[in-house]
Amino acid sequence: MVNWRQLLIALVFALALPCLWTDKVGGHALLDHCDPKVGETVSGSPVSIRLWFDRDLEPLSSAVSVQDARRNRVDKKNVRVNPSNAKLLEVGVPPLPAGTYRVIWNVVTRDGHRTTGDYTFVIK
Amino acid sequence: MVAGAGSSRTVIAGVIGLRGKEVTNCLFPRTTVPATWLWRAIGFTLTIIFLMPVSSWAHGFAGKRFFTTTLSVEDPFVSDELSFLIGHIREPGGGEEPPMNSTEISLDYSKRITPDFGISIGESFLHLNPDEGKSESGFGNLELGLKYQFLMNEEHEAILSFGVDAEIGGTGADRVGADSFSTLSPLLFFGKGLGDLPESVKFLRPFAFTGVIGPNFPTRSKNVITTLNKGTGEIEQEVERNPVTLTWGFSIQYSLQYLQSFVKDIGLGSPLNRMIVLVEFPLETCLNRGCGGQTTGFVNPGIIWVGKSVQFGIEAQIPINERTGKNVGVLGLVHFFIDDLFPKSLGKPLF
Repeated sequence: MVNWRQLLIALVFALALPCLWTDKVGGHALLDHCDPKVGETVSGSPVSIRLWFDRDLEPLSSAVSVQDARRNRVDKKNVRVNPSNAKLLEVGVPPLPAGTYRVIWNVVTRDGHRTTGDYTFVIK
Repeated sequence: MVAGAGSSRTVIAGVIGLRGKEVTNCLFPRTTVPATWLWRAIGFTLTIIFLMPVSSWAHGFAGKRFFTTTLSVEDPFVSDELSFLIGHIREPGGGEEPPMNSTEISLDYSKRITPDFGISIGESFLHLNPDEGKSESGFGNLELGLKYQFLMNEEHEAILSFGVDAEIGGTGADRVGADSFSTLSPLLFFGKGLGDLPESVKFLRPFAFTGVIGPNFPTRSKNVITTLNKGTGEIEQEVERNPVTLTWGFSIQYSLQYLQSFVKDIGLGSPLNRMIVLVEFPLETCLNRGCGGQTTGFVNPGIIWVGKSVQFGIEAQIPINERTGKNVGVLGLVHFFIDDLFPKSLGKPLF
């Protein structure tokens, strides 16, 4: 018969172990927030599109682009992971006319996990 | 899947659904599993952590959709995961059995062999505390699983998988209702996110559905129980039939993380921006041998919080009918994404 105290100790040990002993750099990057915000309507064109993720990104493999309603790419193609903040992906945009724009991102964390996503914002 | 986790979840429903029919089988005595099995299971997990090579792949994603690991209905994706599931419910009495409080702790580990093919192993420990008589504790049967993910469509956030689960009879303790026979279950899994809905109904895009369906074939059609009637001195036999059953279940999920990241930032902060609200429907229908058409199962509303490498979940278990039970139970899940925790070692496919 299993002793409940023994079982509890074993369970706590087993639960704690993965948290204490990891490769530290792993995981999928999820979008934390961005500017302009997801689904936001803004007055006037932004200067850049900035996306903050919950993990450090691999600069050479992470990308973001901005498309207009006709699916033409409209950003400046100067995509970069911010050198002082590896969670921040940004790209410049020229002055944009009113309309709906789609931001499409594809990022890779430093261990190679890839995630993708997209969202829209509106300039009025 | 936590394929193992799914398997042991089936045990929870199965124990409740079939409790009234369980009879001690004198012809097929089972070996009592010693407590050291728990330590062996933990040791096995640790050994695997050391032995695995290095790499990294995604788990549970179909395009931008992240399918969370659910508590009651087995997931459609193949992954490297470790789950601890705790369930507690008060079971109704049946036949000569009194009502009892049932607590089950399950440990399940799943491992990808290739990016689309994985195996799983699960074990559970049960504590039964009846209103009359002494309480009983012991391990359930060992559960093994295979799963192959044969379709993944990123654009439509769709996943289809096929798997086989096996409950190995005789590896658990008879006193907690572990069967003396094995059960084989070929299963079809699906997952579908609604991210491809049009802009006009964009707030429905965070919805997703997952489900599973498949028969459960016992390797023995009946058990013959022989007992000595001390009053008459006669030997009596009782035949217990083991029916084929159909597992079918589904979940409806609404991801606040999906809403925030892909549809509309409504300003949710932590921890709400990583939560998934869901309802699960784990169901089982008997197909033959005296109980054909009878369905047992639960409606399980709950919530899951998904962190960077771990997720927590809690659900209520509401019986769908009196055959299943009368009391509401509770399920709790602590789940580790092994491919996020150990991307360069344990968390990658072997090939």
